[in-house]
Amino acid sequence: MAIRNVKRIFRAGFINFWRNGSVSLASVLISTVTLSVITALIFLQAILNFSLASVKDKVDITIYFNGGAPEENIMTLKSSIEKLPEVAMVSYTSQEQALADFEARHAGDYLTLQALDELGDNPLGASLNIKAKETSQYESIAKFLEGDNVLGGSTDIIDKINYNQNKVVIDRLSSIIDGARKLGYAVTLILVGLCILITFNTIRLTIYISREEIGIMRLVGASNAYIRGPFLVEGIIYGFLAALVTIIIFYPASLWLGNHMTDFFGMNVYNYYVSNFLEIFLIIFATGVILGSISSGLAIKRYLRK
Amino acid sequence: MIYFNNVSKVYSKDSTAIEDVNITISAGEFVSLVGHSGAGKTTLTKLILAEERPTNGTVFFESLDIHKLKDRDLTKLRKRIGTVFQDFKLLQNKTAYENIAFAMEAAGKSDEEIASDVPHVLELVDLTAKALHFPSQMSGGERQRLAIARAIINQPELIIADEPTGNLDPINTYEVVQILKKINDLGTTVILTTHNRGVIDSIGKRVITLDKGKVARDDKDGKYSI
Repeated sequence: MAIRNVKRIFRAGFINFWRNGSVSLASVLISTVTLSVITALIFLQAILNFSLASVKDKVDITIYFNGGAPEENIMTLKSSIEKLPEVAMVSYTSQEQALADFEARHAGDYLTLQALDELGDNPLGASLNIKAKETSQYESIAKFLEGDNVLGGSTDIIDKINYNQNKVVIDRLSSIIDGARKLGYAVTLILVGLCILITFNTIRLTIYISREEIGIMRLVGASNAYIRGPFLVEGIIYGFLAALVTIIIFYPASLWLGNHMTDFFGMNVYNYYVSNFLEIFLIIFATGVILGSISSGLAIKRYLRK
Repeated sequence: MIYFNNVSKVYSKDSTAIEDVNITISAGEFVSLVGHSGAGKTTLTKLILAEERPTNGTVFFESLDIHKLKDRDLTKLRKRIGTVFQDFKLLQNKTAYENIAFAMEAAGKSDEEIASDVPHVLELVDLTAKALHFPSQMSGGERQRLAIARAIINQPELIIADEPTGNLDPINTYEVVQILKKINDLGTTVILTTHNRGVIDSIGKRVITLDKGKVARDDKDGKYSI
């Protein structure tokens, strides 16, 4: 009995969807717009996170050592810095490496290279480059470095620590990153909320059109569940088709963006889409189907009251 | 079978649909409710279907107080009543066949029963050729015959026909009345509301005349007398 009814409900849902033609099409289109906005926002969040991550990556603290600083002192300092919980990575650049880097950077600049040659000795010092796990943690790392007990007797081997010069920039960047993330979430929430409202209202209209039919079904003696069923199935079909269309549309769209806008975004949207396809696919399908069925369910509720 | 006990229905202060109505309808009767527009005929039928609640009094279907039924029991009650309306109330996006099948599905009938009964009842109301037509592709008379077919498909104990001939020409009116009489002859109780004199006179059964919400006359072998 129950299985028979489920079968009938699904059949009726599919037939109604087909016969409602333009109304069904409109609902699918509106749902597609909603799901497209959600997909675009997923991309936007990814681009934002990627940009923030690459900006964050550029922030660091570098300790420059004097020319003759012994390597073992530097290594002792390095290992004590690495023990800090805030530190993600400490990389050491030796004097020779610093010179090689400098020469590579000024490969075409003969004047500078000539000046360097005339100096004879390597004028560049070794350095330690410190990366924190979070941008906000640089401050505490800098404080740690300034403490006498840490550097102990090795203060004299340090030429300079560039944190204080970068402090203002780092602070500004930290607050901008924080703000951008909060704004991103707020915009996402508002847009998603708006789209859900529009979809809900569209599906409500399709059921409003059928209110007379619902009354007739009640008169004929159909139970509420039996009346509601096909409308839920229709809602699920709207969501399913809209998700399918969205997923298909975003394939060429992301391909084009990947080919033309990678420099602008800083990341390849197409690669992101392909490598996270399953996740995006599931989010979009679940959203579509849940949105369609909940909208239908809520909309029909008022016509099923006694 | 149906008992109205001191039933009143007041929509607003100056709009009283029916007042202090006491009617008893026995099983197997054919009762015509007549009266001018606004006399309260349709309100009486809506009270039986629990589409309206009485302001005062009670309406019983056998031992059931209709307006105290829970949703689920009301659905069960409606399955025992077949309804035919002036505006047909057909499901517009279902074919003639599906309209009748839906009523059977709602009553929990099996696919085999539907496949055997629907063609039979379509033949009874002479709509076999229109089985796959939508209501919008049918004439008024055909739609009303379809509505009757749907009303009788589950063999209800009671048929309520609210102005079923209101939108029909004389020939279709005659056909519809003949079908209703045939249904009644087979043992189903019929309640018919109408203001068509010819219809009443051709039936020759009990006539209850309503006037301004009150029972003005109740004649066993009634004629139209307004």
